[in-house]
Amino acid sequence: MFRATVKSLLARKVRLILSGLAVVLGVMFVSGAFVLTDTLGRSFDSLFADAYAEVDVNVAAKPKLELGELEGEQLATPFPASTVETVRAVDGVAEATGVVAADGARLIGSNGKVVTSFGPPQLGGNWTGESDLVRLREGRAPQADDEIVINKGLADAGRVALGDRVGVLTLQPRKDFTIVGIFGYSGDRDSLGGANEVMFTTPVAQQLMLGESDVFSNVVATAADGVSDEQLRDAVAAAVGDGYVVKTGEQLSADAAAGLKEGLSFFNRILLGFAAVALLVGTFLILNTFSIIVAQRTRELALLRAVGASGKQIIGSVVLEAIAVGLIASVFGLAAGIGIGALLAYLFGNLAGGLALAGVGVPASAVIGAFGVGLVITVLAALLPALRAARIPPIAAMQDVATPDRPLTKVTVGGALVTAIGATLLFLGLGGHAGDSTLATILGGVLFTFIGVALLTPLISRPVVAALGTVFSGWVPGKLGRLNSGRNPRRTAITAAALMVGIALVTGITVILDSAKSSISGLAQDSISAELVIAGAQSGPRPPTFDPAVLDEAKAIPGVRLVDGEYGDMALVGGERTWVGASSEPSALVEMFGLTATAGDIGRLGPGQMLISSDAAESRGLSVGSTVPVQLARGDERSYTVTGIYQSTPLFGGVTLPAEAARDFAIPQPIQGYIQLESGVRAADVLPRVEALLTDSPEVSVADRDAFIEQQAGQLDGLLQMIQILLALAIVIAVLGIVNTLALSVLERTRELGLLRAIGLRRSQTMGMITVEAVVISVFGALLGVVVGAGLGAAVVEALRDEGITRLVLPWGQMGVFLGLAAIIGVIAAALPAIRAARINVLGAIAHD
Amino acid sequence: MTATTGQSASAAARASDVWKVYGSGEAQVIALRGVSAEFERGRFTAIMGPSGSGKSTLMHCLAGLDSVTRGTVAIGETTVTGLGDAGLTKLRRDKVGFIFQQFNLLPTLTAKENILLPLSIAGRKPDPAWFDVVIDTVGLRDRLGHRPAQLSGGQQQRVACARALVARPEVIFADEPTGNLDSRSGAEVLNFLRDSVRQHGQTIVMVTHDPTAAAYADRVVFLADGQIVSELIEPTADTVLDTMKKLDTPAEVAG
Repeated sequence: MFRATVKSLLARKVRLILSGLAVVLGVMFVSGAFVLTDTLGRSFDSLFADAYAEVDVNVAAKPKLELGELEGEQLATPFPASTVETVRAVDGVAEATGVVAADGARLIGSNGKVVTSFGPPQLGGNWTGESDLVRLREGRAPQADDEIVINKGLADAGRVALGDRVGVLTLQPRKDFTIVGIFGYSGDRDSLGGANEVMFTTPVAQQLMLGESDVFSNVVATAADGVSDEQLRDAVAAAVGDGYVVKTGEQLSADAAAGLKEGLSFFNRILLGFAAVALLVGTFLILNTFSIIVAQRTRELALLRAVGASGKQIIGSVVLEAIAVGLIASVFGLAAGIGIGALLAYLFGNLAGGLALAGVGVPASAVIGAFGVGLVITVLAALLPALRAARIPPIAAMQDVATPDRPLTKVTVGGALVTAIGATLLFLGLGGHAGDSTLATILGGVLFTFIGVALLTPLISRPVVAALGTVFSGWVPGKLGRLNSGRNPRRTAITAAALMVGIALVTGITVILDSAKSSISGLAQDSISAELVIAGAQSGPRPPTFDPAVLDEAKAIPGVRLVDGEYGDMALVGGERTWVGASSEPSALVEMFGLTATAGDIGRLGPGQMLISSDAAESRGLSVGSTVPVQLARGDERSYTVTGIYQSTPLFGGVTLPAEAARDFAIPQPIQGYIQLESGVRAADVLPRVEALLTDSPEVSVADRDAFIEQQAGQLDGLLQMIQILLALAIVIAVLGIVNTLALSVLERTRELGLLRAIGLRRSQTMGMITVEAVVISVFGALLGVVVGAGLGAAVVEALRDEGITRLVLPWGQMGVFLGLAAIIGVIAAALPAIRAARINVLGAIAHD
Repeated sequence: MTATTGQSASAAARASDVWKVYGSGEAQVIALRGVSAEFERGRFTAIMGPSGSGKSTLMHCLAGLDSVTRGTVAIGETTVTGLGDAGLTKLRRDKVGFIFQQFNLLPTLTAKENILLPLSIAGRKPDPAWFDVVIDTVGLRDRLGHRPAQLSGGQQQRVACARALVARPEVIFADEPTGNLDSRSGAEVLNFLRDSVRQHGQTIVMVTHDPTAAAYADRVVFLADGQIVSELIEPTADTVLDTMKKLDTPAEVAG
């Protein structure tokens, strides 16, 4: 029996390779994800170990506000310089250095734009001299107040060189400096994991990065001989007291790496999500291949039964084949995954500005994941065909094989049931009835819906395929192709369903994002009345900012009636973490966002006063006259009195403080500016004058209202594109499925093709026939996908109605494109099988048994 | 030995010194050894011979399904030898009809669609009067809307005959058309083929190993070991059987 299995496996290499390919791709994603995260994780470990190698003990002040929301975004908290002395005096300290290090030093490159790091911090600090880690490559240390040294990576990215005069944005607006030195790191690195560093003299660094003189953000201490890091840490902690956090270099490095790894695990989950999609599609493909193979082997299997093989042995034979395919595919998938993981890690390392990779690692999880997933999926998919094979009666060996089409009742009832389960799960998940497992419920709902629809597909396929085929009915090969595609509803259905999954996901996500985009734009159109908006696109954890002086200068432009600058930050309001805004001109705010007061006066904000939205007031139990303690990122806690409550709108809400409060924000500069013009003044006339004011604030630009709304809504486009590219993979696998099904069908119909050729069908007509079959199948799949995807998307949009997504936008154009694309996919998928069919030797085909 | 009907301008198909060799070296098999034969228009010719005599190969070569190693084949005015795929396809479509032993019909099409398939592939309209004649002759009028799976083997073969006839090809090649049928259905099909020759002047070349079937033909050509060894005009089952018996001995000697 085993021999027979191996022989039949070898005899059908090509088909199995095609279906195996789907498993390979899925497994590749799974193992690639693990390899990537492992490699990058270890690279970060070693990066931070290097970065903190010379730190025995680090002292930092306890932050006023536990941010911790974004990894590595811990705000540097200033403490008096006297602490350095305190640390130095501790027994066992060999050396203690006051350090200024804070995120947010943005250098303006030679092209006039801010050099961004796309994630890693943009550190600004004081130059504390060379060390084993940091070495000047050129120049010298900064001595004057307008001198800086920068790391080589930053110099390259900004295309600036030694001696250049450059602008730097910090807590303060643009200041110009001369680059007097360029440094690198041990191991010939230009940057540490892509971080940019600008080093000032100590007083300048204190002022620009911490906002005060004579303060530091850290004290770095080294231990005297014979004192362990831990001993030193405890001694220093005892000396500096409660207000400080004291950690060893090792702890610091572990903490920093852990933060980044959390980000990586998110990335890992995304990749695994796509692996799941690829494998789902792959499952359809394998199921189909094994079904067809079993159907083609009916006689052979019946003969085996006739000579005494048991049903179990037949199942075993098919499953064994599946195991072999799964194993081989897993091996290739794992290898490809290691390659892809290493490649992505390399790209990531380069993007991050030279992250030294710690060698490609293949963690056990990658291997277990690869083989587990590859084998389980293949065997599961082959199980149904195997059961069917076992039911073949021995008599089938003697008869002419004409397997009658089994009725579709069972599969249809099952499909309806599964679809209903999917719909119920979706309803529960989207309706918010599933509590903690909402996401899992929704995903389960989507999965069940897909499988359910796939099961219902055979029933739907007959009328739909017939309708699609009428396009070709005037052309004989077209008609034959159409008839062929309707011939085996199950096969057509599964092949189409594989394509459906990818297209449904893309369509669904497009529906959701387009709806969100349109809803946001609509809201903004309705509720923002400012003619001009100053804003920038956020490219890292920090929002772009501009010089507050611009606000006053803009107000002076003739034709400008109102200008409001918006600040924002996280704060503790009444002990609760909340996003707070600050406004330089509340009256402008009220007018431009169309706010209406429900209590108090919302047109003015004096020191110590705050405005609050009706929702927030209600949830906190506040009314006009209540006082609330507010702790900002800097400074001490202080009380604010509620002086006005306004009706919440979807675009504007929460707590608003006066502009003075923004001085204690982590980013004390405005994030957005709104300009309203006097009536009769054209926005286009004022725009260039505002633009001129922004030359020293290169992170932002000014746009008229429509362009601004477009810009904001357009931020979703990038996300959409990324998802579409990744989901294209699922579609590629589905194309493999169509190729596979067609190739098998051509093989199966060799005699028929021979007959057609014998009675005069030309080669080109033969190819046309196969192509039409493929086009009908793929357009059918795309049609299903578009319908199911639009349905799923609409359901999600409906569920998000309360979140402000009130408009349902169906991307008709794109849906049309998918259908057109499906036709092209059909043509491509048909190419090889069609050529094969056209080349069939007529005589051989007729004699074929 | 050459078939003796003589050189005639009215030949529907002609083979001149046709050799067919498969393989090379030790595995070489010579299927046809210089066969020359003519198949007259409006006659029903049977090709007979024991297994391996080359009778099927001869038919395949005549019909342009297989190439010849040497010699030439012609259908009507057209020289088949040397035609490319496009030419062969056109030839098959316009001048030749086929009836195979089994698997003659497309399962997706109805009987009527199957019958009209060669015409629709060629983009030609059937002659309605002729179509009616053919349908009535094969007696399938009430079965036209059925698919092959709903027809008996004999009915399927009659559909195949109708398909071959409706295009009025120069010549119809039938390869063991009754091989898969019981004797009654077989007789029906053969009667029908003979009638189409007698009444409508169709040319038919049929390969068979069944003497009863061969007896329906106007003439039988016998092949043995790749050569034409004998022929009969106006055969009966008995004369065919006798000739076959005589052939067995020299064939074994030659083998």
